[in-house]
Amino acid sequence: VKLLIFSLRTFTKKSTKIDSLLLDKHGDYIAAYGSKKDDYEYTLSEYLRMSGIYWGLTVMDLMSQLPRMNRQEIIDFIKACQHDCGGISASIGHDPHLLYTLSAVQILCLYDSVDALDVDRVVEYVKGLQQEDGSFAGDKWGEIDTRFSFCAVATLALLGKMDTINVDKAVEFVLSCMNFDGGFGCRPGSESHAGQIYCCTGFLSLTGQLHQLNADLLGWWLCERQLPSGGLNGRPEKLPDVCYSWWVLASLKIIGRIHWIDKAKLRMFILACQDEETGGFADRPGDMVDPFHTLFGVAGLSLLGDEQIKAVNPVLCMPEDVLQRIGLQPDLLS
Amino acid sequence: MSGVEATSTEPLQVKEDQEFDVEAEDHLGDDYVVDPTRYMFYRDRKEWADLEPVRQDDGPNPVVKIAYSEKFSDVYDYFRALLKNDEKSERAFALTADAIELNAANYTVWHYRRVLLQALSKDLREEMRYITAIIEEQPKNYQVWHHRRMVVEWLNDPSEELEFIADILSQDAKNYHAWQHRQWVIQEYKLWDDELEFVENLLEEDVRNNSAWNQRHFVISHTTGFSDAAIVEREIQYCLNQIKKAPHNESAWNYLKGMLQDRGMSSQPGLLERVLELKETHCSPYLLAFLFDCYEDALENSVQRENAEEDERKETLKKALEICELLAQEKDTIRKEYWQFLGRSLKNRFQTNIQFIVLSVGRL
Repeated sequence: VKLLIFSLRTFTKKSTKIDSLLLDKHGDYIAAYGSKKDDYEYTLSEYLRMSGIYWGLTVMDLMSQLPRMNRQEIIDFIKACQHDCGGISASIGHDPHLLYTLSAVQILCLYDSVDALDVDRVVEYVKGLQQEDGSFAGDKWGEIDTRFSFCAVATLALLGKMDTINVDKAVEFVLSCMNFDGGFGCRPGSESHAGQIYCCTGFLSLTGQLHQLNADLLGWWLCERQLPSGGLNGRPEKLPDVCYSWWVLASLKIIGRIHWIDKAKLRMFILACQDEETGGFADRPGDMVDPFHTLFGVAGLSLLGDEQIKAVNPVLCMPEDVLQRIGLQPDLLS
Repeated sequence: MSGVEATSTEPLQVKEDQEFDVEAEDHLGDDYVVDPTRYMFYRDRKEWADLEPVRQDDGPNPVVKIAYSEKFSDVYDYFRALLKNDEKSERAFALTADAIELNAANYTVWHYRRVLLQALSKDLREEMRYITAIIEEQPKNYQVWHHRRMVVEWLNDPSEELEFIADILSQDAKNYHAWQHRQWVIQEYKLWDDELEFVENLLEEDVRNNSAWNQRHFVISHTTGFSDAAIVEREIQYCLNQIKKAPHNESAWNYLKGMLQDRGMSSQPGLLERVLELKETHCSPYLLAFLFDCYEDALENSVQRENAEEDERKETLKKALEICELLAQEKDTIRKEYWQFLGRSLKNRFQTNIQFIVLSVGRL
């Protein structure tokens, strides 16, 4: 039996160089996402729907277009996704997980409606996932990853409940994941990877431990991600991807070394990843767009100083004005 | 930041069963097993008639209308029904395979399959065969690797792992999930013996494979360690040999620097000379950066040695600053800011030092 497997993201089109930011098109793209004809991708990504909503809402807010989204429906959806154990699932009928618990809390912060959740139960859920060595499992099945350390402290920081976990042990575990090149992987010994580095620097910021980093060494590794095209990759000898404009750039901002990359060239690369017809950003110029890359393209441009976009917080990837309202100002190195 | 899950940049996989010509009026009954080219919806299968399928619930006020492919919605309608009834049966187990085939990233299906594996006391060796096939098709997915790990743990049998992972890596030598799984197996079951050789073979194939370099560091730090001078010398030699083959090699230089930075670059006799020699024929921005680090380290050490030659120090500083200038203006202009920063901070730290010493000497 033959199955035709094709990848939605690799229909490459010839693209003319795009050098301006098409904010209105991106707003239209996100506002219509999920209601368009090509729904198969939307269906397939149900298992991460909560994160998908977080990406969409955050980028809309950064573009000052949040009112176009359906606030009450989303809040009701989140309520229906909180399980008895306190954890939140990606969608209805799915199991709870730390990843989607964080996304849900981030969304509710955007909407100033954290009380839609049983907050105490969320905290219990997060606390229950911490292991003896300080690490965090993603869910009851026990996968350990520094991404989950970040999700745990970010969730608790947004709820103002960081003191409920063993922060020292959590820090100890994350530091044990620091590699010889100054970077971090998912577990001790794992290869340094920009996504993991973002999670670990964000984690260290939220726990007030940025001084434990070797900022010059890590900054060097991070600025080495920039390729001649101006784009950033996630580890040595790999291709550039617009989402690394976020993971790498935010990390550099957190450690106070964002000026070490060539901003003009990076901006050009990010803009080239837009799709003039459909709106949205793809991983690299010419590929298919999606909300994930759209958020990180816009957030990256915000970090680079684009004034048409709201300021974004590099630790939490949320609009700064939302965090100001909450009263959360994570540390940054200068 | 839940978005990190997708950073392996895998494209979303869509399977189109183009050869499945589905007719609702087909009365094939159980013959669908006999003729595998004819797919029958669950809703038409007699042995599933007792179960009420559960439609997708998009929340109290559906945000958007969703159009699924028919096969997908059929399978998942029945999956939801099974979950709702908490049914633990063979047919449920069989259905999870269909659900996984349609969407292997759906972590809830994998959870359920594991619950069933245990509840039904399924043959875990068979499950190993199954997960092997799935990973071969979709090797860049967190769920499949975590599932495999659980089965290996339940069986407490890692005997197939190294060979399997090697096979996956032969298709993509940098698969991040594969490497994590490999590290777990090796550490958990103490399978260190042949790993350095494995790493060297991979580096023979692609000397720029950063994952392999990382693995090299992993193996050595967990076995001999790096404190033995003979080991360090061996590794330096290895790095320089690889660099001669492919000078533009970020990973090799990162490895060398990472290994030496704590004990100090200038702690290695003759290393600076060897690098200077390489500079003539195998230069790269990484080599120059490494040279800079050597000079910086030398300056740091010279400050501590009271009788160090002041001229020598000035010369070292000058060479270091020249490197920064060369990199910023010519060899690595995209990182101009970084190189200029390095130059400035070196000047600040050591130029005054030298001047101070000159002044102090002058006062004696």
